[in-house]
Amino acid sequence: MFIEEKTSLAEEIEFLVIKYGNDRSALLTILHDIQKKHRYISDYAQQEIARHLNIHPVEVYSVISFYSFLNSTPKGRNIVRICQTISCDMKGKDVLVRAIERELGIKIGDTTKDNKFTVEYANCLGLCDESPAMSINDRVYTKLTPEKAIQLLSEVK
Amino acid sequence: MEIIKKNRKGEVIFSQYKRGDGIKKTVTLKREEILLELKTSKLKGRGGAGFPTSTKWMLTAASISDEKYIICNADEGEPGTFKDRVLLVEYPELVMDGMVIAGYTIGAKKGIIYLRGEYEYLLKSLQDYLQEMRKDNLLGKDILGKEGFEFDIEIFLGSGAYVCGEETALIESLEGNRGEARNRPPYPVNTGYNGKPTSVNNVETLAAIPHIICKGASWFLNVGTDKSAGSKLFSVSGDCEKPGVYELPWGTTINELLNLVDAKNTKAVQIGGASGFCIPKSQFDRKLSYEDVSTGGSVIIFNESRNMLKVLKNFMEFFVEESCGQCTPCRIGNVKLLEGVEMIEKGEHTFTYLNKLKDLGKTMQVASKCGLGQSSPNSFISILENFKDEVLNYSNGGNNGRI
Ligand code: SF4
Ligand code: FES
Repeated sequence: MFIEEKTSLAEEIEFLVIKYGNDRSALLTILHDIQKKHRYISDYAQQEIARHLNIHPVEVYSVISFYSFLNSTPKGRNIVRICQTISCDMKGKDVLVRAIERELGIKIGDTTKDNKFTVEYANCLGLCDESPAMSINDRVYTKLTPEKAIQLLSEVK
Repeated sequence: MEIIKKNRKGEVIFSQYKRGDGIKKTVTLKREEILLELKTSKLKGRGGAGFPTSTKWMLTAASISDEKYIICNADEGEPGTFKDRVLLVEYPELVMDGMVIAGYTIGAKKGIIYLRGEYEYLLKSLQDYLQEMRKDNLLGKDILGKEGFEFDIEIFLGSGAYVCGEETALIESLEGNRGEARNRPPYPVNTGYNGKPTSVNNVETLAAIPHIICKGASWFLNVGTDKSAGSKLFSVSGDCEKPGVYELPWGTTINELLNLVDAKNTKAVQIGGASGFCIPKSQFDRKLSYEDVSTGGSVIIFNESRNMLKVLKNFMEFFVEESCGQCTPCRIGNVKLLEGVEMIEKGEHTFTYLNKLKDLGKTMQVASKCGLGQSSPNSFISILENFKDEVLNYSNGGNNGRI
């Protein structure tokens, strides 16, 4: 990480600590904001957050590793999640996954070479009445066909 | 996100209600009067556990503390459940008014909505809604002119962990920790969020409150059965023509529900999601109610073409992924049950071993620390018992198709 990057990240964290407070209970909200902007929470960010909240960095890591939406390693610019739970499974999630894997040339769980997409499974997106469902970043899409899903991905910048 | 309010029909939740009406009535009442009305209504928690709401509120109200909290558990992660989504999108007035009424009754100044991370796209519309409420003095200081009545609501976004639907795990998560269930006692009603008395209520439970306050307990008691008062929202998905959210009185039979949603050739219904029970056709006349088939509301329908072993595998994979790993029966148990399913798949199981696994499931039900591990063996046991012939593939010599 370049020095400038570090400084701006440190400033960002300081700002978030002012905004949400330096209480332990602010931890997840801070992590969430950092993740949203940087798509992952770097070691450096973890240390900085720990320092401000007066906890051990391993505590921060332990929290990150617990939640499936938080990552300590970089992911693609866009996160695609395909629901794998039962109702979506019954309505053809397998076909969807295979089509996306073929189209992007990666396996589920991986990130494309150009860093554009990370494709993952999700557990029930709460859209089972309109299954199969998928999310791209914080938007959700339902009643998908492989064609429609690929079309959606092609529209992502 | 565009909000389209469907023309939903129902006797309680989806009946007529105007925003703020419940709060207007509330400020004219004493806390005890509200608690009594709730008690008379026999309203029980709609999340699945079915604890009487009045008792929970009474205990929180009775706890002495300068700070108290009311938490709306909007972390619905049960496979096949989406009723909370519909309530938050189409009926925020019910959920929010319910929280304000709760705040007044238990003496809390702050409400927190724990919104599951998967519903992040609802965040903006909910925040806008809260802002409108503040403008109309339905939130804030001296609400509706009632001196000293102060209450506001904040939204906290979850980060993708099913176990956080369990109330103590949810509180841990709010406090900035891993979402791991706590030992009980102490209970949240006296030692909850930040160690303060906290009442954690399901979205649907809160949505029933303004109706009860406005229309009275006896109106509520008119719907449902003796032991299960009122109605229930069901999230219906799977093999049927009309999936969606339905409000039905408690006591409706599974058959009636299947007719309503146009389900054909149904062979099984999973009631209560992955952590619930799989009910075979022979029992479709059973009643959805606390005294018979109790449920948080997820109904997944399987027709004749479905392979129940595949269904079971999907459920067990879910639990292996979602166990918080804190206690052994759940952490190891779910893995063992999944291995068992895989053995059956390959035709490598022995009956002695399967029976041992069922025993293991029963051990998990009593020895696990929280609801996740206590309920995850339900589908394993019920599918193995109710669909034995199919799952073990007797017609193929018990070898699951392999010769
Ligand atoms: S039962 Fe499972 S989810 Fe619950 S505390 Fe134990 S390991 Fe965690
Ligand atoms: S099972 Fe896919 S959204 Fe619920």
